[in-house]
Amino acid sequence: METFVQVLIDGMLNGMVYALVAAGLCLIWGVMDVINFAHGEYLMVAMYVSYWLGFLLKVDPLLSVVAAGVFIFILGAVTYQLIIRYTIGRPGLVALLATFGLAVFLKNLCMNWFSPNFLILSDTWLGDKTLQLGNIIFPVPQLVAALLALVVIGLIYAMINTTRFGWAIQATALDRDAAELMGINTERIYLVIFGIGGACVGIAGGIMPSYLAVHPEVGSMFGLIAFVCVAMGGFGSIPGAFLAGLLVGSVEALAGFYIAPVFKYIAVFGLYLTVVFLRPKGIFGW
Amino acid sequence: MADPILKVADLFTGYDGIPVVFGISLEVMPGELVAIVGANGAGKTTIMRTICGLAHPLKGKIMFEGTDISQHAAHQTLKLGISYVPEGRRIFAKLSVEKNLALGAYTENSKAEIHRRLEELLEIFPVLRARAKQTAETLSGGEQQMLAIARGLMSRPKLFMLDEMSLGLMPSMVEKMMETITAINHAGTTVLLVEQMVQEALEIAHRGYVIQTGKIVQFGTARELLDSEEVRKAYMGM
Repeated sequence: METFVQVLIDGMLNGMVYALVAAGLCLIWGVMDVINFAHGEYLMVAMYVSYWLGFLLKVDPLLSVVAAGVFIFILGAVTYQLIIRYTIGRPGLVALLATFGLAVFLKNLCMNWFSPNFLILSDTWLGDKTLQLGNIIFPVPQLVAALLALVVIGLIYAMINTTRFGWAIQATALDRDAAELMGINTERIYLVIFGIGGACVGIAGGIMPSYLAVHPEVGSMFGLIAFVCVAMGGFGSIPGAFLAGLLVGSVEALAGFYIAPVFKYIAVFGLYLTVVFLRPKGIFGW
Repeated sequence: MADPILKVADLFTGYDGIPVVFGISLEVMPGELVAIVGANGAGKTTIMRTICGLAHPLKGKIMFEGTDISQHAAHQTLKLGISYVPEGRRIFAKLSVEKNLALGAYTENSKAEIHRRLEELLEIFPVLRARAKQTAETLSGGEQQMLAIARGLMSRPKLFMLDEMSLGLMPSMVEKMMETITAINHAGTTVLLVEQMVQEALEIAHRGYVIQTGKIVQFGTARELLDSEEVRKAYMGM
């Protein structure tokens, strides 16, 4: 029983980070109907930002989180201005291929600049620290990352539901023309949403070098898992993405421990297929 | 005579570069209630969308209080004082009535002012007060139309544009809407109305323009149009 709880907790801590990555993807989809296939690569870039700040300037990932969040916000906004803007109102495949191209570009750019080698940041503040509560052990870096994810998701959710700017985002998501008629600059909303969606992965990627090696392929699996979370939670639903993130993290950990590590993604994608088969629009989809 | 608040000159407009409106010119004077009438597909909605900035002219000019707004986006024309209630209401179905109304005053920053406008409109549309917390999709058709009108008035427009507000409403409700619009106009707001219900619209309007396949075929005072043989035959079945 104790082992089960321990594995479950490890899984849920990871799951919260998945949820944050998924929340960013979910926000962009919910408002703009665009699937950003470069989302995982944003995460990878954020990890490099955090890694190099740590390696060259001795800035701890815990602080680099801010820089990585801001950097990917800007990267997202620039992506919107240079690419996404021209795909709006075109068939969905256009944005899909454009962001897929961006993903390939970012991955190879980092491969070229930083080599495909795994880079590990040593001597971070959180490092290999653990926290013991009874018989349960919490790995501190993952715990902090999970709490950070929880706070950021909470803030975004509160912003969307309680502020006037958040209502404007909802209005734009529901009916862009009608939102324009309310005096909402929907072009600006799109730009900011792509930025915020990016900042979500930026923050997640910023903290990750505390416990994870950085390499050009690191984002691909996270991007895929984020996509699974968004589809499973119901496209455009942040609570859905959050729940799906926890579910995916738990299933991944449990399957990895009780069956075999190589089987964990089979369990995750098996769960995804089952949910989508039973509820094609996802858990919170309508 | 005063300057027109809205002046449309030789307007060509349409969708995806294909014109459906061919060289229309019209004027609205401050304080007037003007109706654009005509059959379905005549290009009335396209004219409205082009004036408010959701579409742009292929040719021609749109002047609002002396400013050329031909290339303005809709969120910019709203700031100048044009509010457009689109065809099909386009309320935010998943949001509460309250939020819909608050979004109508999105460009106003003073909370006190927003509250004042809200109270004023809830006086005119008391049914919306009772439904304030419900999502807009749960309202009846008539209530949704009231919400759309109230939301459009939350920005305190100088020019209020209404598109096919009678669509899908029962006759008694249409009459009530027409009375409401007259009252809004009497209170000082200039109104530009698009309607398929030609008679009902002309009965409350000062002047009217009759549109057929993208061109103005007749215009004049509402009385003149109501008395015109062609209009009566073509649109009122008389």
